[in-house]
Amino acid sequence: MATLDSKIPEGDLKDKWTNYKEHQHLVNPANKRKIDIIVVGTGLAGGAAAASLAEMGFKVKAFCYQDSPRRAHSIAAQGGINAAKNYPNDGDSVYRLFYDTIKGGDYRAREANVYRLAEVSNSIIDQCVAQGVPFAREYGGLLANRSFGGALVSRTFYARGQTGQQLLLGAYSALSRQIGLGNVEMHSRTEMMDLVMIDGRCRGIVTRDLLTGEIKSHFAHCVILATGGYGNVYFLSTNAMGSNGSAAMKAYRKGAYFANPCMVQIHPTCIPQHGDYQSKLTLMSESLRNDGRIWVPKKKEDAEKLRKGLITANDIPDEDRDFYLENRYPAFGNLVPRDVASRNAKERCDAGYGVNSTGNAVFLDFSYAIKRLGKDVVEQRYGNLFQMYQKITDQDPYEVPMMIYPAIHYTMGGIWVDYELSTTIPGLFAAGEANFSDHGANRLGASALMQGLADGYFVLPYTVQEYLADQFNVKRINPAENEAFQKAEKEVKEYINKLMSINGKNSVDHYHKELGKIMWNNVGMARTKESLETAIKEIKALREEFWKNVRIPGKADELNVELEKANRVADFLELGELIARDALHRNESCGGHFREESQEEGEAKRDDENFMYVGAWEYKGYNQEPELHKEPLNYQFIKVQKRNYKTGK
Amino acid sequence: MAEHTGLNLTLRVWRQENRHAQGRFETYEVKNISTEASFLEMMDILNEQLINEGKQPVAFDHDCREGICGMCSLFINGRAHGPDDDITTCQLHMRKFHDGQTITIEPWRSGGFPIIRDLMVDRSAYDKIMQAGGFVSVSTGGVPDANAIPIPKADADEAMDAAACIGCGACAATCKNGSAMLFVSAKVSQLALLPQGRAEAAKRAKAMVAKMDELGFGNCTNTGACELECPKSVSIAHIARLNREFLKANIKD
Ligand SMILES: Cc1cc2nc3c(=O)[nH]c(=O)nc-3n(C[C@H](O)[C@H](O)[C@H](O)COP(=O)(O)OP(=O)(O)OC[C@H]3O[C@@H](n4cnc5c(N)ncnc54)[C@H](O)[C@@H]3O)c2cc1C
Ligand code: FES
Repeated sequence: MATLDSKIPEGDLKDKWTNYKEHQHLVNPANKRKIDIIVVGTGLAGGAAAASLAEMGFKVKAFCYQDSPRRAHSIAAQGGINAAKNYPNDGDSVYRLFYDTIKGGDYRAREANVYRLAEVSNSIIDQCVAQGVPFAREYGGLLANRSFGGALVSRTFYARGQTGQQLLLGAYSALSRQIGLGNVEMHSRTEMMDLVMIDGRCRGIVTRDLLTGEIKSHFAHCVILATGGYGNVYFLSTNAMGSNGSAAMKAYRKGAYFANPCMVQIHPTCIPQHGDYQSKLTLMSESLRNDGRIWVPKKKEDAEKLRKGLITANDIPDEDRDFYLENRYPAFGNLVPRDVASRNAKERCDAGYGVNSTGNAVFLDFSYAIKRLGKDVVEQRYGNLFQMYQKITDQDPYEVPMMIYPAIHYTMGGIWVDYELSTTIPGLFAAGEANFSDHGANRLGASALMQGLADGYFVLPYTVQEYLADQFNVKRINPAENEAFQKAEKEVKEYINKLMSINGKNSVDHYHKELGKIMWNNVGMARTKESLETAIKEIKALREEFWKNVRIPGKADELNVELEKANRVADFLELGELIARDALHRNESCGGHFREESQEEGEAKRDDENFMYVGAWEYKGYNQEPELHKEPLNYQFIKVQKRNYKTGK
Repeated sequence: MAEHTGLNLTLRVWRQENRHAQGRFETYEVKNISTEASFLEMMDILNEQLINEGKQPVAFDHDCREGICGMCSLFINGRAHGPDDDITTCQLHMRKFHDGQTITIEPWRSGGFPIIRDLMVDRSAYDKIMQAGGFVSVSTGGVPDANAIPIPKADADEAMDAAACIGCGACAATCKNGSAMLFVSAKVSQLALLPQGRAEAAKRAKAMVAKMDELGFGNCTNTGACELECPKSVSIAHIARLNREFLKANIKD
């Protein structure tokens, strides 16, 4: 049985990473050519890793399900990326970025990993600028910064409202260069269907070509999963339509532990839901909270009139507006962390102060910023976000406040990894949103891009070598002549045939939407023992119904979008239950995980005595209860405190 | 909020089994579509209907559904990304249509983008053009401090305007010559404007244009159609900059 050794290097926090690098094993340049590395996913984490490893001389095979690596969902990140540069001279430092990330994560992340993240953050900005990423600049020609939730300093670098796009295109350009040079073999429109295990190590993957349906397998000396987050379990989220938890679930079933699945982030500033046919929710960047003020009416009758469309926001005078975040959290105001902002919005709406026809929306108002800064400045900062909002809602945020509501956005949980980003399966690594490593119970804004690129550019290129140092002797395997590969391919084909042969009555989306409802209602912003037990029961029943009654038209050996979706939803139907189980066992409130049973004066109450650990789940078979393993979190360099966003002290 | 009214629509959709098969228009009716729905949500409703009737759903590309990944495409009533400006198909909403309307939906049609099935096309040519030179040749690590080279704000802003390209292919699909010049020039121009990219600017222009020609895209005759249909308003001024870099490269040769 795998043990949870986090492999944190000895020494002072500040020296751990340096010590690690100085003493680790390396692969000599001539041997690198003999080593194959598979990278599944070409978002920030995978794209950066694939490019960097290829530059170093390894032979890389990269995979993504979109038609091009440039389209990974990292592209959609708007707001920015953090780094401890302290260019604005406002007191930032590596330690402060580390501290804010641990505190923002509500003391549920591993100190050593987070410190390393803060430590390499500055190199990321240097790297991206060298690639030609057009970050925003001041008139003097130097880089501009802005502030983000959960921080008292301005440490966020940005490229208009398209930071993720620009960073991804940077990584994509580096990757393209390596593809052109023949160092990376790129497989687009290809989905990973399973891992191949030989003698307890991960030695490759089985894939399905999404255009032809062909099942194939690929050998490598090690495999990196950088397949993004699993927020689409909830059906509606800010993720892309194809974002999935499948690669992670296939790894989980092969023995990789799944850590903190219940730690899901609900983003406070999304465009509210409008109908049953809706396919996704759109995020309005958190950067908007820099200049937008969040409010609901003080008087219930005003809220009622708003809901009926009898008045508009502009009819309500200042003294009747409740700027609830500014009032409740004076030190951070509108810039409290996401979980706090989301819960407060839900609380106000549940109390009857919601402002749109469904009662599930609050205002995000720019009229004050326009008065203070002028329309031009506001347009310069947020123009493209305002345009996006207007195209979706048909309302002009320069004239009337935006309406926003929380939505599923990011998953802190993921595949368990140690300090080296190695999973519990030897030879299998996980990076980016797909792993659980750095954000604890809540992620701060602009820190996911940082983590993805840290993992890809600056961590994996070192740590995989530690694993590979004695692997160059392992001869490349030809899957066609290897029993383990053939068996894995056969199992995938059987699985697909099983899905295709159900031939039932309901579309895949039908099940996905039902699952989404169960998850949002019972495993959403507020969770209770009862709601979680209900969820587990209902998901099990839905899963059984899916396997009896899903309908997938077409054939397996051709382009078949419904089959792709069915494969993902089948995995979500297991992952949803795992999330609920993890949430049920964690009888405390921390970060994005809020148990109604665990609160104090209306604020979340953490239980450090009983839950200061990472919960990592081991798969025990279909419909079997998974086994919980605990990785205790020992804070040696930081004083564990109650999160306090009220006083600034 | 605009009023939720239901639209009844007739859809003429291009169906084609594969690259080599004969394509044709099929006509479908959809009923009671909310004006608040997005165009692709309307397509989802159509597909759900087809699946329930035991028919093949319509294949179309999409992913982010927020106008940034560049995966969605479609000619809608003869316009790339449909009847609205500065948006992608996934950002198009049904309030742009009226009850009883007939909507014609076609794939990108361009020599450089073969049809895969129905409304899906193969845009891997754009990746190949990027692989030919759409980068700064730096490897990870060992680069100078990000603030070591100040870049005038105006240059950084203009580079960002060009960098906003999402690689959707609307430019080449709209161009009567099937030219990918707007796409190529956006990358060449972005990197030529920044000191980091200057060193290879001329070489890059030459390599990318050569690849574009090789892959069967047509020549640019400055019709400006690409700029009008570009969902990110990338300007044809970048084509002029590309031409300058290209000229330099040839003079050097
Ligand atoms: C709308 C939005 C805005 C955001 N804004 C910010 C922000 O401003 N700042 C910030 O720091 N973070 C932000 N985030 C979070 C951040 O963007 C993501 O966490 C991060 O980009 C994830 O990167 P990744 O490389 O881990 O995964 P992704 O970019 O999601 O890439 C996943 C890759 O895996 C591939 N893949 C997935 N499954 C499979 C499979 N089964 N087989 C083969 N390939 C597969 C995909 O094709 C893709 O290439 C935002 C997120 C969203 C959704
Ligand atoms: S689906 Fe991503 S741009 Fe339209």
